[in-house]
Amino acid sequence: MIEVRHLRKSFGSQKVLDDVNLVIESGTAVVIIGVSGGGKSVLLKHLIGLMMPDSGEVLIDGQNLVGLNERQLLQVRHKFGLVFQMAALFDSMTVEENVGFVLDRERKLTRGEIDRRIARVLDLVDLGGTQKKKPAELSGGMRKRVGLARAIIYEPEVVLYDEPTTGLDPIVSDSIDKLIIRVQQELKITSVVVTHDMRSTRRVGKTIFLLHQGRIHTTASPEDLFASTDPIVHRFVNGISDEKQIDFTT
Amino acid sequence: MIGMAKNFVVEVVDFAGAVGRLASEIVRALFVSRINWKDVIRQMHFIGVKSQSVVLITGAFTGMVMAAQTYFQFHKVLMDTATLAVVAVSMGSELGPVLTALMVAGRIGAAIAAELGTMKVTEQIDALRTLAAHPVDYLVVPRILAILIAMPLLTAESIFVGILAGYLVGSQLLGIDPAYLWHNAVRYTGIEDIGAGFIKTFVFGGLIGIIGCQKGLSCPQGAEGVGKATTEAVVFSSIAILVTNFFLTMVLNRLLD
Repeated sequence: MIEVRHLRKSFGSQKVLDDVNLVIESGTAVVIIGVSGGGKSVLLKHLIGLMMPDSGEVLIDGQNLVGLNERQLLQVRHKFGLVFQMAALFDSMTVEENVGFVLDRERKLTRGEIDRRIARVLDLVDLGGTQKKKPAELSGGMRKRVGLARAIIYEPEVVLYDEPTTGLDPIVSDSIDKLIIRVQQELKITSVVVTHDMRSTRRVGKTIFLLHQGRIHTTASPEDLFASTDPIVHRFVNGISDEKQIDFTT
Repeated sequence: MIGMAKNFVVEVVDFAGAVGRLASEIVRALFVSRINWKDVIRQMHFIGVKSQSVVLITGAFTGMVMAAQTYFQFHKVLMDTATLAVVAVSMGSELGPVLTALMVAGRIGAAIAAELGTMKVTEQIDALRTLAAHPVDYLVVPRILAILIAMPLLTAESIFVGILAGYLVGSQLLGIDPAYLWHNAVRYTGIEDIGAGFIKTFVFGGLIGIIGCQKGLSCPQGAEGVGKATTEAVVFSSIAILVTNFFLTMVLNRLLD
């Protein structure tokens, strides 16, 4: 279980997170939505200890990440996989070296076993046969799928997705959504997706958190979220830029 | 003016602190993490083998010009045959280590900062951290070990080629008797001159590696950030080499005498 308590984070005078509280139960799929630049990715990076808050706590199965040093955090991060917005593949390595990175370093499996795991996980993300390609030879959608394969190969308990469909066309976005759902169901993991893509939100999330002005404004199921009459929720969900345009009769 | 000076001092102290923290993390990594020797060798190839041409050219022409200038002055007081001795001592204790270090700082310090800086701005460093790999263990330690091994070898090459080039210029172009030229060089070049040079080269190698890595790992966002980190890595390494060289010369001269 992931629990965030009174999390605050500022960059200079800009308050990005202001008393964020949330609980994510194990095995669920949650989506964190909010405006661009509203602190969603910052919140995600706090969950895995890539950023440290100004104050507050991040508890992973009861263990507080705040105050741990980088080497202690490495132990905790074994529970997580993170799919980056721009994939963040190691550009000097091939697809198989990227995907098998953790297993190669752990040296617990034989070369043959590692290769079989790489092939299996690449098949899961529909990228079988791309082992020898370099990231530069792949499209944006393929890179994100390789990023996902790299994040799930060591079977983490939680996979975090940082805007997985941003910058992708609707068809590739659809395939990524289906992949997130498939991975969540097949591996029985916790999925935390940060996005502002409402279509993805509706399909992927079982629980939605709306981050507004540095706080969790709403926690709701997709059905309740899309039916909400709360002006802030309604405006965000329907993509209304002008406050005066809000009309609940439509 | 006072404000600028204050900012400069704060910046220097801040930077020295960051380098110190990185150095302590490197020492810790040497004890707690597994060293990837395959990566160390790959880095040695990049740092050592690929720097050969620039280091050899620098060493050869420095030795040649040193021989010519020394001869022009010594000839006036009929000390022509001491020319190579001056070249050998200068190359061994000062010019070899310092010029090799400056050339390596320009080539390798910049490359390390640019590579790590690009990895930082494209979130590859964060990706490493999420994959439970400490950036210092995985990226910094192999580079530091490689540069510490490669630098003395490059410096030795530079010194050897510099002295050889000075010998050829003296004996073939300037008409100095080769036997006396060589005899005086051996007579007046002590082991302490070469020893001082090798102690310096370890320190310079460490400085280039740590400064390049620190600048890369703390690179600001964007292409401009990578450019800034790269430039600063070269400038800071070069200044650190020149300043450290003075103090090392003073200290080693006392210790080795």
